This record gives sequence, structure tokens and C-alpha cells, in this order.
Amino acid sequence: MPNSASAVPATTVKSRHSALVRLTHWITTICFIALLVSGIEILISHPRFYWGETGNVLTQPLFRIPIPSSRALVPTGYGYVLPDQNGWSRYLHFQAAWALVLTGLLYAIFSLVSGHLRENLLPGKSGLSWRVLSREIANHLRFKRPSEDEAWSYNVLQRLTYLLVIFVLFPLVIWSGLAMSLAFVSAFPATVTLLGGQQSARTIHFFVSLLLVLFLLVHVVMVFLAGFWSRTRAMITGKAGTDKEGT
Amino acid sequence: MSDLSRRKLITTGIAATAGVLGLGTAAHLAQKYGLVPPDHGGIWGIGETLTYASQRLLTRHSLAREFSRSQISKRPVPNEMPPLNDGYKRLQAGGFVDWRLSVDGLVDRPGRFSLAQLKSYPSRSQITQLACEEGWSYIAEWHGVPLSHVLDVVGAQPHARYVVYYSIDPEWWESIDMADALHPQTFLAYGLNGDELPTGNGGPLRLRLPRQLGYKSVKFITRVTITDNLKGFGKGLGSAAPEGGYAWYAGI
Repeated sequence: MPNSASAVPATTVKSRHSALVRLTHWITTICFIALLVSGIEILISHPRFYWGETGNVLTQPLFRIPIPSSRALVPTGYGYVLPDQNGWSRYLHFQAAWALVLTGLLYAIFSLVSGHLRENLLPGKSGLSWRVLSREIANHLRFKRPSEDEAWSYNVLQRLTYLLVIFVLFPLVIWSGLAMSLAFVSAFPATVTLLGGQQSARTIHFFVSLLLVLFLLVHVVMVFLAGFWSRTRAMITGKAGTDKEGT
Repeated sequence: MSDLSRRKLITTGIAATAGVLGLGTAAHLAQKYGLVPPDHGGIWGIGETLTYASQRLLTRHSLAREFSRSQISKRPVPNEMPPLNDGYKRLQAGGFVDWRLSVDGLVDRPGRFSLAQLKSYPSRSQITQLACEEGWSYIAEWHGVPLSHVLDVVGAQPHARYVVYYSIDPEWWESIDMADALHPQTFLAYGLNGDELPTGNGGPLRLRLPRQLGYKSVKFITRVTITDNLKGFGKGLGSAAPEGGYAWYAGI
């Protein structure tokens, strides 16, 4: 039996984020940006939203987005038509969706097996008290810079937000996306009927995407507030620490 | 070299070899079972192949959703269209009496069918959704003859793998695999909502493929070719769509 412990340097420091969390975080980031850009391009070809099964230029929209369109068919009020980008946008959208779904599955399995979900994401019993919650909310509203020990674990508001994004918003955006697939719903019709129809699914897909963009913005603002370089370095190399020692 | 790094090297080597062999086997099986789309080359190939393969496995026999009469859209959208060519206008002036659908390729009895002949075959109806890749959709009742019936009439050969179909507009041609070609809801449609199929919706003859997006439901169909290989058609990508940057498979 080889003594494997001798090969590990004695000065090993515990990583802030495990290698798998770091890897899946950045793959997800790239996929999300690709999905967002291609999604906006696809949206431009018909910037109108409906509820129910059907909707088109001859029906009343639920609402419209006041931007020009890449199709002459859509009455936008603008005197010009944008170039059609749907071909590569659709290819990219689905390729990125596959990469994101597979990465997400890997992450979910890892989270369950390694204890990442239990230790880092699920709030402890004490964390869910109103006292702790209201203190966290107040801290966030005051844009208070997090304390040093928060560099090593997520606060309760962070945990709840990550749980919502990972286990509610992402599954919902994938579900509503699949509900627009004519072939997929031919095999699984409940996918679309439960959402209220194909156009409802499209509208839900849009709003859940908006929530994910909102999360991204708040997330980046919070990273800046906590110390951009130290937090970003922690997510790249795994090493935690303050800006002072890092720079 | 320490024991650990040697062991690591061997493990990595075995894993890499298994990975390559696994991918090779998967690619071979995918080809064999027709799970690789004709536009699988290039940077989007992986995503396209995953989509086509998984949807083909999940949906080979599933039926597109059908709706009730009350859900039919008041006005079926005639999408924007390029001006129709002189050939079409001549046939239109003659009331489409001379419209012919030629069926050839891997068939025992190639033929040319008039609309009257197509209408003499058992007529079927479906109330299905037409969804455009842009995001809009409508529901209509389509009347026509299942493509599979015409394939039976001409005697499509057992080694047929794809059906290629052409619009009178030379820019627009598509193809589908046999799972879609033989699917009971794949129609040569000549009627809409109890009437003749209007020009705006693809009349007098449109291929109707309710499990894929609208651009696969080619309007003004004049020719159908059965083949076992799409390489010889256009640029070999399967249809006009990938040549214009769009996916060949449009189930999503």
C-alpha cells in the first residue's frame, strides 16, 4: 500500500470553493451569456408576447416590447427591419442549453453526493429565524460590506437565493423552453398544458429569463461589494482571502 | 516518479482511452440508428446531434397535439412571402388543373399526381398548431392525404431513409427522415378550415409536418424524391435551411 499522504504537501489549505463548483460556475456563466445573447436575437424576430396556445400579428398581444424587429411582418412603428440573426442564434441557444443542462446535472449530483448542498446551500436551523433573516436583509439593504468570516461561507440570504436560482428558476426556464418544442410536447403534452399553452410557455420563459438576469446583476453587484478580486479569485483558484493580501 | 503520480497517470490514461472508445462507439451507433442529422458538421454539430438524437428516441411515434374546433385561430396567418414566380401564376390562372406532384427516387412506380388524384385518396384532417421559429403560432384544421399513403402508392423501397420535397419556389426545399415521412400526421395538405388551401398558406399543396416548425412545412409542393443519402442534394446539408444558416431538424 503506497503512502499517498506523503505526496500531498503538508501546507494544503482548504479551498473556498471545490474544483467542481468552480468549473461548473464558469461553464454556467459562459452558457448563460450565450443563451442570453441568442435569446435576445430570437426575441427580436417577434417582440410580442401572448397568453394561451396561440398568438401572432393578427391577434392582440398581452404586451409588446418597444424595439424594432428583424421581420417586416411585425408592426413595430419603426421604419426599418433589423437583419435576421435567428439561424445561428437558434443553433447557439440549443447548443448552450445542452452544455448548461449537462453541467447542471453534474453539479446537482455532486451537490447531493459531496454534501455541498447540505453544508453550503441549505440554511441551518438558526439561520432561518426571523431575527437572523431580518438582520441579513437589513445588512443587504444598507449595502454593508460583509464581515471577514463571510468569505468562508454563504449567509442565509445568499443560500436562499442560490437555492431559488438553482432549484426553481433554472428548472423552470428549461421546462418552459422544452414546452415550446413541438416534437417534445408531442411525447409529453403535459409539459405545455400545465403552463397554459405554447404562447404562455414562451411568456413564462421570457419572465424567468428576466429574473435570472436580475439575479446575475445583483450577484455581480454583491461580488463588487464584498471585494471583486478576492471573491473572483476564490471562484477561479479556490483561494480565499481579502483584497489586501491578494493585491 | 512517485506512486501517486504513476497511479494517476495510469488512471487518466485508462479513462481517456475509455472516453475515446466510448465516443467512437456512440458515434457509430448513432449513425447506424439514424440519430445523426445531415447538418452535423461544424461548430453547432454537437448540439444539433444531441437534440435530433434525443428527440428522435423520445418522439419516434408520438402524435402532435390536436385541438378542438373551438380553438381554431380566427385568421390563419399567411406569412410574408416572396412574389410568386410565373410558373405558379400560370398554374393559378388555370385553376391548378395542371398542377402536378412528381414522386421519384427510390420507388418502384414513379408517378405524377394531379390534385384531383391526390384528393381521390382517403382524406384525413387534423387540427394542429403551426408554430414559426420566430415565436408566433396559430391553430388550423388541415385536410389532406397522409404522405405515407402516397409513398405506398409509388412503392417506396425498404432502404429509403429520407424524403426530399420541393416547392415551386426553387429556393425552398426540405427533407425529413422516414420516422417523420411515415408519421400519420405528415400530410400533403390541400385544404384549410374546410376550404381549399389559400395561396397565402401554401395552396394548392403544402407539406404539413406538425411536429416541426413552420419552415419545414414547405408551401407549393411540386416534387417529392425518396433517397437513402442526402449527400447529393444541394450542398449535402439535407435541405435549404442549413444552407441559409438554419437547423435541418426543427422539432424545437
